[in-house]
Amino acid sequence: MGWAIALHGGAGDIPLSLPPERRQPREETLRRCLQIGVEALKSKMAALDVVELVVRELENCPHFNAGRGSVLTNKGTVEMEASIMEGNMNCGAVSGLTTVVNAISLARLVMEKTPHIYLAFDGAEEFAKEQGVETVDSSHFITVENIERLKQAKEANRVQIDYTQPIQKTDAKKETPIANGDSQLGTVGCVAVDSHGNLASATSTGGLVNKMVGRIGDTPIIGAGTYANELCAVSATGKGESIIRGTAARDVAALMEFKGLSLEEAAKCVVEERTPKGTVGLVAVSAKGEIAMPYNTTGMFRACASEDGYSEIAIWPSGLN
Amino acid sequence: MGGWAIAVHGGAGVDPNLPPQRQEEAKQLLTRCLHLGISALRSNLPAIDVVELVVRELETDPLFNSGCGSALTEKGTVEMEASIMDGPKRRCGAVSGVTTVKNPISLARLVMDKSPHSYLAFDGAEQFARQQGVELVENEYFITPENVGMLKLAKEANAILFDYRIPTAGYETCGSGVESPLQMNGLPISVYAPETVGCVVVDGEGRCAAATSTGGLMNKMTGRIGDSPLIGAGTYACDLCGVSCTGEGEAIIRGTLAREVAAVMEYKGLGLQEAVDFVIKERLDEGMAGLIAVSKSGEVAYGFNCNGMFRGCATEDGFMEVGIWE
Repeated sequence: MGWAIALHGGAGDIPLSLPPERRQPREETLRRCLQIGVEALKSKMAALDVVELVVRELENCPHFNAGRGSVLTNKGTVEMEASIMEGNMNCGAVSGLTTVVNAISLARLVMEKTPHIYLAFDGAEEFAKEQGVETVDSSHFITVENIERLKQAKEANRVQIDYTQPIQKTDAKKETPIANGDSQLGTVGCVAVDSHGNLASATSTGGLVNKMVGRIGDTPIIGAGTYANELCAVSATGKGESIIRGTAARDVAALMEFKGLSLEEAAKCVVEERTPKGTVGLVAVSAKGEIAMPYNTTGMFRACASEDGYSEIAIWPSGLN
Repeated sequence: MGGWAIAVHGGAGVDPNLPPQRQEEAKQLLTRCLHLGISALRSNLPAIDVVELVVRELETDPLFNSGCGSALTEKGTVEMEASIMDGPKRRCGAVSGVTTVKNPISLARLVMDKSPHSYLAFDGAEQFARQQGVELVENEYFITPENVGMLKLAKEANAILFDYRIPTAGYETCGSGVESPLQMNGLPISVYAPETVGCVVVDGEGRCAAATSTGGLMNKMTGRIGDSPLIGAGTYACDLCGVSCTGEGEAIIRGTLAREVAAVMEYKGLGLQEAVDFVIKERLDEGMAGLIAVSKSGEVAYGFNCNGMFRGCATEDGFMEVGIWE
């Protein structure tokens, strides 16, 4: 037993050749966010508060695809979405945000301050104003890197995963590893179980590079990108469509409940048997304080720690980091 | 077993004082939709086409809460949503915040078939609709005088309202007159189920499909998304079965209700009816909802924990039933 926390910054075809200047800031952020989460849990903060806190930090970091640093739609704009869920099954979700600094916090407000679970687009922005949450001009979220990614995607005329290497103009035939245009990367998420055994999960994203305006992915969909109940808390990342049709987050819990699998077995099963290779990664914790961080992609930015002193920060399978 | 099967619904949670004339109209519509689906199945139309066809019919008819006849937002406008799922490869499509598209379920289908995504909403969905050349109408087309009246009642009761079809003359029997509103998400909001529509089908080849469409909750906040467009919540289909839910959207989302039926069949080996009963009994807590389901082996089942559900079902061996109450 005891507390445990796991967080991710996206699963996908993260090349082993990722240059240091793109790798270090992300690892540093994972380290910092893990630290923040661990300190919070040690001071008895509730799981729900912890996951929100950590995801806010990840959203504020421009190196991940959430909040600041969100990838851009085909119109060069930002549309952010997020969801949050507690072990008692309360949940909240938002989509289509353009000015709200912390989507995850708005999702929490939807859960706590409205009779609804999910608000989107203009309605969500109006609600944000009513609630007085921090909003900024949407240019705040746009980074030079993402403008470049969008440009590449448009040139290649597809929806792009955002860990792709820059496309070599001289070698137009060199395809990026997953070129079917429907992958989703760099979503951030955090799951935690606190010292009272309460569970919570939170996930946030800017979505897919060059996505159609109005496109909603798995991140705000309860049961797909985010899920928590009495047994476990799960946050998924990867190819949105695979996560939706595989109801990935819910399935981890369902396998535990209906087939009696352990957290690790259930998480592994979802990633290895129930979703196509190269599409999904997830982080999960159980009420007992166990942690699982499986992925069927090349890599997944991730970090975890538990009360017994274990901690890990990694991108690729162990041995390759 | 084997053979085709079809079920339709027009919403769970029905006022016990619903006038007989309304009950009759509802049953006639359900019957008509069943026949439409049955003809299609007999001419070997695949499940995915049948569910779309039937839900289009339900959307076009002003009786239930989808398409024309949709419940109104707090601003008096209509925002519709729908989702569709094709069992064999679990392909899916969904839309939300649709305001001018005559048949949201068909737009959801186009998202599935013609876009690189699974879910489009609001302006983006409307833009896609225009690109695809689907039939568009003014938002007013969907608004009925009855619903304008219902919205007014809801605002007076200052509650999210159960939107069964009670004429304003019947106010005293209407749910908004209930003294102590039930709780939803811990807040004192009346909790009743508007008449989302849906259809599930298994065709002669054993392929399952599901489709759900709605205008959502009466007096909802603009931008509110319910369970109907959420895969796994309001709609789900896989190799084993097809499921469409209706009722208290928030409870259906929390319970990932549609997926749950399939999950207990798959992971616990329950049969269709057992799975439906299990989910209704164990997964709803204080929430009120109903669902219809078909299995790949040609069975049909439904369940609800609230007061009535408009439904109809039929199987290839000649069974047919339309009902509202237990």
